[in-house]
Amino acid sequence: MLSSLEIALYVFMLATFLGLEVIRKVSPLLHTPLMSLTNAISAISVVGAILITSAQGATPLSKVLGFIAITAAVTNIVSGYLITDRMLKMFKKPEDKR
Amino acid sequence: MAHLVNYIYLVSAALFILSLKWMNSPVTARRGVFAGEIGMLMAITGTLLAHEVFNWQWILAAFLIGTAAGIPIAYLMPMTAVPQRTAMSHACGALAAALVGTAEFYREPNQPKYVLVALIIETLLGFLTFTGSLMAMGKLQEILPQRPITYRNQNLTNLGLFAVAAALGVRLILVPTDTWIFPIFAGLSLLFGVLLIIPIGGADMPTVIALLNSYAGLSACAMGFVLDNRMLVIAGALDGSSGLILSIIMCKAMNRSFTNVLFGAFGQIQMKHGAAEQRPVHSASAEEAAAILEASSSVIIVPGYGLAVAQAQHKIRELSDALMRRGIDVKFGIHPVAGRMPGHMNVLLAEADVPYDRLWGMEEINAEFPQCDVALVIGANDVTNPAARNDKSSPIYGMPILDVDKAQTVMVIKRSMRPGFAGIDNDLYYLDKTLMLFGDAKAFVTDILKELPMAVAAAR
Repeated sequence: MLSSLEIALYVFMLATFLGLEVIRKVSPLLHTPLMSLTNAISAISVVGAILITSAQGATPLSKVLGFIAITAAVTNIVSGYLITDRMLKMFKKPEDKR
Repeated sequence: MAHLVNYIYLVSAALFILSLKWMNSPVTARRGVFAGEIGMLMAITGTLLAHEVFNWQWILAAFLIGTAAGIPIAYLMPMTAVPQRTAMSHACGALAAALVGTAEFYREPNQPKYVLVALIIETLLGFLTFTGSLMAMGKLQEILPQRPITYRNQNLTNLGLFAVAAALGVRLILVPTDTWIFPIFAGLSLLFGVLLIIPIGGADMPTVIALLNSYAGLSACAMGFVLDNRMLVIAGALDGSSGLILSIIMCKAMNRSFTNVLFGAFGQIQMKHGAAEQRPVHSASAEEAAAILEASSSVIIVPGYGLAVAQAQHKIRELSDALMRRGIDVKFGIHPVAGRMPGHMNVLLAEADVPYDRLWGMEEINAEFPQCDVALVIGANDVTNPAARNDKSSPIYGMPILDVDKAQTVMVIKRSMRPGFAGIDNDLYYLDKTLMLFGDAKAFVTDILKELPMAVAAAR
């Protein structure tokens, strides 16, 4: 049986290669929205922040750090997705012009 | 329920991958954002439902504050300020990861060694990316000087500092009960982030932002190892590889290596080129420029960041529309480092309603210049300098450029003969086929637009 660490390393390796392949195909046209999208996605660290804050018997330190972490991550999630969509809306299809 | 959440995470991870996959074309990109949103919503809801939630007031308050801050940022931020916003969100993401790592360390220092290794990586990267991104934001917002801030033995100091921070990290992994070391470790990581970015010049910001993006992702990824959560590992790895690819693209576009960007303090070396001899140039008026454009059949517009500084995006779109109505073929040739972050110029032009099939990347457009009548350069400098192709002594030699000099006629709108970021004189301006149009980009394009109908009348 693989240990938890080994499974995580396999997942990491595969996700990295997959990420490199998928991102390579993104048009340079969209590199700015891509970066704000990946930013929003990496704010998934909010999950860790929730676990820390919501744990039974969380110390005041945990609660304060977790609170700041959730606030920062949620700011990224909300602004990241919304601004990506706002940018993408600007990319007009060629036929829209005529 | 505790099992179900793992399946929810699995679906979330799949949605994140699809989200990035759909970014490969402007047609499917908005669907990608939607997939990402659903993935995030599922992950958060799943987490809240799967565990007994204590301190829900804290969580609710944090969500409300985060949302209240996020919405105005997304809707009010001008597109020219997107690089600053991106740097700020790298800072927020990295801070979140670093603080979760810190809280986890103080909660239970006695963890398996591999967890501690991941935790130290998470906090080190998180803290240094936090302050580093704040510095990058300050430079982009021009609160901090754009020029590299340098001092003697800078690289040695920085490396030494990093070595000390890393050594303390190793010590914490070996003897985690010495919790008093942690604040020193965190403080040095924060300081290193500042020192890493201040020697980097404004022109290198696209690379730096992409690199910080990568670090922030890897920090979230390390958190996945600490919390034994595969979805975090996947999302973090996707972000990490995205940042890595973008920074490689930026480095290639500037013909620089990572070490050169991080330790080179670009913009200092070229000072000696300051006193170039005065050479004659041809200049032209808006009237003449309008007549030449009117008589051409294909035009390539080469925009640089100066275009955005002059807020001339909308005027240049009007000009391209006016030319296209006359049956002239107009394309925009965009260098990868034309803006302040990867792809920035495309967003600025899209905002001005330039349809995206008019926006051409460097490699495709370079095949077009020899057949093009007029290349109109606005606010771009170093990326059009033929010295990058043929002058081995030039500091920018080898950098891929837009082959503007191969067009029949070149027109350059520029305020003065002042050199660009790299501080190098541009040979393009002294060619016989080059006409310098001196003035503010927006004002000059407006003047050309005014002259265009008269040019038609004159031609009849």
